Amino acid sequence: MTELDAGLVGEQIAESGQISEPDGAREIGRARRRKEDRRLLTGHTRWTDNLQQPGMLHVMFVRSPMAHARITRVDVSAARDLPGVVAAFSGRDFADEQGSLPCAWPVSEDIVIPDHPPMAVSQVRYVGEAVACVIATDRYRAADALEAVEVDYEPLPAVMDMNEALAPDSPKVHEAGNKAFSVTITSGDVEAALRDAPVVIDRTYVQQRLIPSAMEPRAVLASTDGDTFTLWSSTQIPHVLRVMLAVTTGIPEHRLRVIAPDVGGGFGSKLQVTAEEVLCLLLTRRLGVPVKWTESRSEGNLTVHHGRDQIQHLTLAAEADGRIRGLRVRLLADMGAYLMLVTPGIPMLGASMFNGIYKMDAYEFGCTGVFTTKMPTDAYRGAGRPEATFAIERIMDELAAELKMDPVEVRRRNWIGHEEFPYTTVSGLTYDSGNYEAATDRALALFGYDKLRAEQADRRDRRDPVQLGIGVSTYTEMCGLAPSRMLGMANYGAGGWEHGSVRMLPTGKVEVITGTSPHGQGHVTAWSQIVADSLGVPFDDVTVLHGDTAIAHKGMDTYGSRSLVIGGVAVLQACEKVKAKARKLAAHLLECSPDDLEFDGGAFTVRGTGSAKTIQELAFAAFTAHDLPEGVEARLDSDATFDPDNYSFPHGTHLCAVEVDTETGQARIRSYVAVDDVGRVVNPLIVRGQVHGGIAQGIAQALFEEAVYDADGNLLTTTMADYLLPSAADLPDFTTDRTETPSTGNPLGVKGVGEAGTIASTPAVVNAVVDALRPYGIDDIRMPCTPERIWRALEGARS
Amino acid sequence: MPRIAITVDGIKHEEDVEPRLLLVHLLRDRLGRTGTPVGCDTTNCGACTVMLDGRSVKSCSVLAVQADGCDVVTIEGLGANGSLHPMQQAFHEEHALQCGYCTPGMVMAAIDLLRDDPDPSEETIRRGLEGNLCRCTGYCNIVRAVRRGAQEMGQAVRTP
Amino acid sequence: MIPAPFDYVRPGSVEEACQALAADEDAKVLAGGQSLLPLLRLRLAYPSTLVDIGRLPELSGVHDRDDHVYIGAMTTHDDVLRSPVIHGACPLVALAAATVADPAVRHRGTFGGSLAHGDPAGDLPAVVLALDAVLVARSARGEREIPAAEFFADYLETALEPDEILAGVRIPKLGPGWGYHYEKFHRTAQAWAVVGVAAAVKRSDGGIEEARIGLTNMGATPVRARAAEAALRGAEAGDRVRAACEEAAADTSPPADLHAQPDYRRHLARVLTHRAVRTAAGWG
Repeated sequence: MTELDAGLVGEQIAESGQISEPDGAREIGRARRRKEDRRLLTGHTRWTDNLQQPGMLHVMFVRSPMAHARITRVDVSAARDLPGVVAAFSGRDFADEQGSLPCAWPVSEDIVIPDHPPMAVSQVRYVGEAVACVIATDRYRAADALEAVEVDYEPLPAVMDMNEALAPDSPKVHEAGNKAFSVTITSGDVEAALRDAPVVIDRTYVQQRLIPSAMEPRAVLASTDGDTFTLWSSTQIPHVLRVMLAVTTGIPEHRLRVIAPDVGGGFGSKLQVTAEEVLCLLLTRRLGVPVKWTESRSEGNLTVHHGRDQIQHLTLAAEADGRIRGLRVRLLADMGAYLMLVTPGIPMLGASMFNGIYKMDAYEFGCTGVFTTKMPTDAYRGAGRPEATFAIERIMDELAAELKMDPVEVRRRNWIGHEEFPYTTVSGLTYDSGNYEAATDRALALFGYDKLRAEQADRRDRRDPVQLGIGVSTYTEMCGLAPSRMLGMANYGAGGWEHGSVRMLPTGKVEVITGTSPHGQGHVTAWSQIVADSLGVPFDDVTVLHGDTAIAHKGMDTYGSRSLVIGGVAVLQACEKVKAKARKLAAHLLECSPDDLEFDGGAFTVRGTGSAKTIQELAFAAFTAHDLPEGVEARLDSDATFDPDNYSFPHGTHLCAVEVDTETGQARIRSYVAVDDVGRVVNPLIVRGQVHGGIAQGIAQALFEEAVYDADGNLLTTTMADYLLPSAADLPDFTTDRTETPSTGNPLGVKGVGEAGTIASTPAVVNAVVDALRPYGIDDIRMPCTPERIWRALEGARS
Repeated sequence: MPRIAITVDGIKHEEDVEPRLLLVHLLRDRLGRTGTPVGCDTTNCGACTVMLDGRSVKSCSVLAVQADGCDVVTIEGLGANGSLHPMQQAFHEEHALQCGYCTPGMVMAAIDLLRDDPDPSEETIRRGLEGNLCRCTGYCNIVRAVRRGAQEMGQAVRTP
Repeated sequence: MIPAPFDYVRPGSVEEACQALAADEDAKVLAGGQSLLPLLRLRLAYPSTLVDIGRLPELSGVHDRDDHVYIGAMTTHDDVLRSPVIHGACPLVALAAATVADPAVRHRGTFGGSLAHGDPAGDLPAVVLALDAVLVARSARGEREIPAAEFFADYLETALEPDEILAGVRIPKLGPGWGYHYEKFHRTAQAWAVVGVAAAVKRSDGGIEEARIGLTNMGATPVRARAAEAALRGAEAGDRVRAACEEAAADTSPPADLHAQPDYRRHLARVLTHRAVRTAAGWG
């Protein structure tokens, strides 16, 4: 990329509330209001729990109150006798047909993938694991029946701490032991880099366990006509789910339809093949009637897969001038009790990202996955990359502190210069484009960096009880998951392509079918913009269908900031194919050579004449088929599958100012600036929304949220009264802006944006908290940075 | 089983209800008003917020029998003649929703907070929405939407 | 989640309500339901009958009486914090009521309900304690007055007998010269108080004549910070007030839970008391 390509778009959103509109009639770049909104705003929604089927029954699950135990008896007979109860089953009743919940990412040769029955049969390994189920005529009767199921347990020791779990004398979660896998990746000579390094920084950071907390609790509805099966689920992955359910249950794939109706957020938590989905299918098969299960929030906190949960040990070697020589990373990653769909892959998604945007000659990454008696972990917004980014961005601040250097300056000395792209990093990834200088300069200006530093100095001098901290995070991340070839090299069980179909309808309207499965991301709107530009049709003439395997027959769904950079591009390519067909037809009707036609404004015009056919006219001509040329079928449609060569690498600079009340320990965000570079932008409104939401979730990890288990394996944060999600009153406004360095990896020039805010913001906030406390000799606060933790650190420093 | 009379979005209903039936389940499971969703079981998330006799309440924490004789307005009863309520329109204009699950409750809470302050500051809006959680938007656009909705509603009052 | 079954009665008078309670020892009073319904939904409580007193007019409303304000138990938090009488005569009640949960909960939740629930983490118990309020209980046996200092018996336990209903609360008017503040420390806006301090302060020239301080979530019940009150008597603004507030956590047994350990709560009690007293005294 050249400097010219990295233009500032000048979108000072927070100040003006205005978004720049692109020139001319192009749809791409316009702040289109979303087509999705109206139904959602008027309550005409299709959440899975809204759906009813004739004769539908309600399922609820009896869940283990023990973290680790042998099941010695399950008696469902009393439950069966209650009014309104149709059936009740234990795990044993399904032992022969329920199979094992799949893990699609065996990351190493030595990986242990334990059997994972959807309903436990003989042993439970975390609190909340399903052990029995009841099926009743309505949810109230089902709730009553739950209490009538008798289960006896013989307790086994809980295994809660990763380090203890790896000790030879630890109780075992699984027969094969508590180590799930270990992986080491090396590049260059880290030992040499560390040896005699002028500066060596050695730190351990803890990524606390998080509960993703999508606002819509999970729900599943399954029905069958005896031959075919339909499953509605609040899922991000209807296509992946269909394949995996077919494999798990033995229901042939062609007789199974999976529908993701309206889905109320996911953030990775609905990227899963769950016990409840499998069991609802098996129950409808056994009972012959539709069954629905709707999760309660407290059930969900226990049993929706959790996120993060790593212990990170980093050793960074640097020269006296701040240039990094090398980095060693040792991770312990808590898998929880089982390996779910991509559980072991999550830390591996960070394996190549601990080096961040920095140049260095040596890098070593080692990770051990550990079994504990807790809910399994899996994807949560960012999935592996927030953890990596946090660690490198935190330790960069420690390097700056060690060298008494400004944290922005130490980053400047190490980051990849804009003239160096494409750049192959020490961990082997090739970053296609970026301009860290531009994003950082813009962020510093918006933030008023120098002025805030002056205020900080003043408060320090005055020993103000409220200290000011400034935190920076200059992040990049790899997203757009993912090139199939690279996934294959990483031993992932599927590809990373995406599919799109575009069909012109007889009246000239356009129906788009996408393999992505949006649940808040606005694909219907954004894809309409792409199609409107490509085909020259009005934005309002485009509809987008998704989330139903009977309609969108091919897809890899929505996660990993992949939808636009892969699925949006697939739609664009399908449009190009439609245009190629239309060109042939137009040439035939206009009696010219296809090469004599130019396409503009939705019409093919014979060069140098006024003769033209609009794409709508051609759609009708294809429909009537009265006069088609040789080899052209009676349809103006096409589809495309896009598989990128590389990941996408959005980047940016986030700055956070935090006021820390040193008397109470409370940290309050005073201002937050984010300048992100997500390449070209299809809809700035949607991009801004993704950034806002991402920042909020990252702040939540830094300051508020933590899933806490006690020593016996009981989750203490089962409700929203204890697991603290921030409200509007707990967060500031965010100042956001963008730089725009187009991606070279796809024809739209776009990069992913769904996870960027979350990845960037957590270290910015914690760096700010620590910066406020550094005069007291404090160099870390464990997340979440609660008032009590900050106070204890201050107490320790004072004594 | 107690028999209750309740008006929901302008329609009168008489229903025999179990005492334990939650208002939100009456709305969703019995009356088919599924526009109001449930997001938690501890009165925290606010997704189920409706107007009960003109005041915002969390319908998961009200028994149907407690609403006997009351007037309930849900998100489905807000707009008139197929057009959006100004607050719904403002949420659309400001991109104040993504997945949309919190939206019905958020819109109700937003309208309610304007009863006290028709021209609220950012802080007043944020405080007024403290009982409604959103996981998608980071709230920035919701705050803008409420301010915009307030202006539109003020306008609507001033221009008869 | 879904409550277990129960019977429901909606009495037409306080007498009927008392009879219904007396007739069934597992019956429970339903006020606004904002604490009770989550407990029922999580199946942490299994009452046989709910006696719904939410619609009894005689239990509702704010009344300005000679030397006190009478707040009917079923007055909602929202009505409390909108009451001009309360703002005029006992503003501390409104200051604290405004911090309870969130607006929708305040529309349903009642003043009496949150006192009778007896949760030391609730914001209002510490306030009535600080103000030396008198709680009025009714039963089939008649009416009984319970001083706030005797009302809160233990964690989630009050001096109310099983057949008694909290009818209302008398808040003594303290007269001129008093300032008030409720300092609530919580991790998120809708979270319970980690610690709260309800302060009423009477100023004298350049100092404090008298202070009354109630503490939220510093024990199994709300507690008065008596040692700090004593030390504040006659204290001049500045270091003496600060030193007096250091006594705020004396004789408390704050809980250990997910959100704080006892030593941190004690520390907070001292810091927050100082802040509350300063703000109440108008030095904030």
